[in-house]
This record gives sequence, C-alpha cells and structure tokens, in this order.
Amino acid sequence: MATTVARTLDVKGQSCPVPIVKTAQAMKQLGPGELVEVLATDPGSVKDFAAWSKTTGHQLVETSQQDGVFRFVLRKKG
Amino acid sequence: MPARVVVLGGGVGGTLVANLLEKHLKQDATVTVVDGTGMHLYQPGFLYVALDQANALWLTRDERTLLRRHVELVVEQATKIDPAAQTVTLSRGGSLPYDYLVLATGSRLDREAVPGYDGTHDFYSLDGALRLREELRRFRGGKILVGVAGIPYKCPPAPVEFVLMLEEHLRRRGIRDRSGVTLLSPLNRAFTIESASKLVQPIFEKRGVELRTFFNVDSVDPVRRNVTSIEGESADYDLLVLVPPHRGSAVIEASGLGDAGGWVPTDRNTLQHTAHERIFALGDATDLPISKSGSTAHFEAPVVASRIASLVRGTAPKTAYAGRVMCFLETGGGRATSLRFDYAHPPIPPRPSRLWHWAKWAFNRAYWITVPQGRVG
Repeated sequence: MATTVARTLDVKGQSCPVPIVKTAQAMKQLGPGELVEVLATDPGSVKDFAAWSKTTGHQLVETSQQDGVFRFVLRKKG
Repeated sequence: MPARVVVLGGGVGGTLVANLLEKHLKQDATVTVVDGTGMHLYQPGFLYVALDQANALWLTRDERTLLRRHVELVVEQATKIDPAAQTVTLSRGGSLPYDYLVLATGSRLDREAVPGYDGTHDFYSLDGALRLREELRRFRGGKILVGVAGIPYKCPPAPVEFVLMLEEHLRRRGIRDRSGVTLLSPLNRAFTIESASKLVQPIFEKRGVELRTFFNVDSVDPVRRNVTSIEGESADYDLLVLVPPHRGSAVIEASGLGDAGGWVPTDRNTLQHTAHERIFALGDATDLPISKSGSTAHFEAPVVASRIASLVRGTAPKTAYAGRVMCFLETGGGRATSLRFDYAHPPIPPRPSRLWHWAKWAFNRAYWITVPQGRVG
C-alpha cells in the first residue's frame, strides 16, 4: 500500500465546490491505493471532504490544519 | 492630452465602467468600448426564456443605446492585447492604443470539453435557452436531469432555481406525475452555500425533486441517454440539462494574460491585473473566488472606474472592492429569497417570500434603465 503522496493539489484561496471537484478529477488519474494530498483554505472543506470520502469510498487518511491551511490526504479506493 | 481608456466587453461590467468613467472624467479621458456583437444581453433572463415565461426580445438591446453619448463604441472583436506596447489588436486588423485597459470580457462556454455534450440542453446562452424551450414544448413526460459540467460557472444558484421553476412548469402543464426531476449536485447538498442549501432542500423534498449528491458530470452518451460522473456513477435520462463548462475569453488566452482556465489573475481589492498595473478586470473575467454573476460586475464597476479616475487625476484611490455580491434565488410558486454576502460575511438568506420574487421581477424590468447607467448602487 502506498505511503507516499502521488499527487499534491493546491486549492488554497479557492472556495467550495472547487476543492472537491478538483480532487474528484485528480482521483481519476490515480491508481487504486495511491494517495493524493489536498491543500485548502476554505473551512467548509473539512466537512465536505469527510462527506465526500464517505460517499465515494475513497479513504480520508489524514486531516490537519496549520497556519490556516487545511491538509487532507485521501487514498483512492480499489 | 486626455487619458485613453479602452474597455473590452459590453456586458454589465464593461458598460457600467465606461459610463461611470465618462461621467467622472469628462474631457480628461476618452473612453472606448470594444464589443464583438454590439448587442447587450440580459443573461439572467435566459432562465425565463427556456421556461417559456419571457420572450427573447426583452433580453437584448443595442449596446449603443446604453452608453453615454461621448463613450465610443467599436463593434469588433479584440484579438490580442500587448501590455508592453499598451495596444489592443482588433479583428479587422486595426489597433487601439490605451493608457488604461479594462477587461470585462466575461466568460465563454466550452461545451466541447464534455464528451457527448451535443446530446444535451442548457440555458446558458440565448440559443441554448431557445432550443431548450422548443424541447420542453415537445416534452410529454419522462426523466429530466439537471447538472453541472464544470466549475467555475456563472450564477451559482441558477441550477437550483431552474429545477424548482421546472417542477412548477411541469405541474402547470399537467405532466408532473409523468415526470421525474433530479438535480445532480457536485457536492453533498443542493447548493455550495450551506445556509442556502438548508433553505432549499426541504422545498426539494416537499415538491418531490430528487437530489443526487457528489455527481460531477464527466461524459454523456447521447445514444444510450446516459450521463457518467467523475465519481464513477451513471444516470439515465430522457432530457438532460447541463450547465456547460466555462472558460475565460479567447483574447485573454491568446494574449497570455490569464491562468490555465483563461481567468485573469486579479487583485481582490484593487481589481488590477496582478502583473500589469494599467490593466483592470471585473465580472466573470477575473480569477476571484466569488460568484461569477452580473451583480458581482455591477458592484465591482464603481471601484474600477473610481480607481482609474484617481490614477488619471493623480489622486489617492478612495475605494476598494470588498467582495460584495447579491443574488436573487427563485424557489418557485411565486416566491424567492436573496443571497447577500462579501469576502468577510457569508449570506444569511431570508425565508422565501413573495416580496423577493417581486423584487427580482422589478429588477428584471428596471435593469435596462438603471444598471448600465449607474443609477442603482
């Protein structure tokens, strides 16, 4: 199982629904089990990513926050 | 010598900036609007045309009639901007020099970006709205899906408004019981703004409108009448209405002045291009993370006009844009709500009422004689 991030997505400054849509697009390019890291500043994205992960089955491995930037790491299902 | 101000685009933003500049600066500036069609379109009306509630003539005016007498109008496409030489190249080969340039070039629909888009309908252009109107007139029942095929897109509440107004339209025609109405949402709720979602989702439930969440449209198979999402799901339809993907204008892309999507990198307060201080941008053209809507352009225009006037006169700029946006949201049944917000304050929409519906109606009627001239602030 991959432990290094295959792709980083910087959506800082973008508001909803950009972070989710860009992540969905990026996920399509990844292989099963690969990790994508998302950097966002929209506080609403915390709830959005939790719900998106539950619905789509892509696992939300990590959620953290530093200096106003949220970091999400998601693993592609499969 | 008067300062030369060139405004690209004769939509809400461009028209208002040009009129305000001419009013503020009089003989201190020459103001020229360059527009490819010379026709001004009231885009919020597309929704009503598609649903047979308004005719198309109401939505178009000759741009000349909306501009102050001393504003020059050039009906030609701008094809290239050279920020170093400070010139704009026109489609018939001429060129316009400028001291200050305003990019009010809007957005362009990029339907080809979605495989199979041909088999779908939209209400994001006048042609699209008229075609959808014909299709709906022929519609005798079936499954209607309404979705979004790319972000960002103009007027974020429009898909929600459309499904609610469509539901009412089908009921009025007596074919509601033979029809399904579904909104395919990019998120886990009806609308990006949470407070607005909380308000409309109970209305969806009450009216039997289905909400399908996390469905970001990827491709369409018009033969099998099936749409697939990026998330890997699919849905069958009899009529598919999709908000087309949007991009920045061709002249921005051809001049290397935009980002990957063709949007102009814009300072969120001064509305100047982040790399060129003599170039300003407003409305859909910018990369700002706020709604692409006429109201955004409307509220940005006085800031752009006042800041250019300050530069021309050598005075300190007095205004900055604080992210102000205001939208009406029709919820059907003769009711509407409103969303008012800025960078610092999220909207708190009031309960849908007849008052907001009439406010929207009055605004639609009064648009031509108020907004382009700067009579409402």
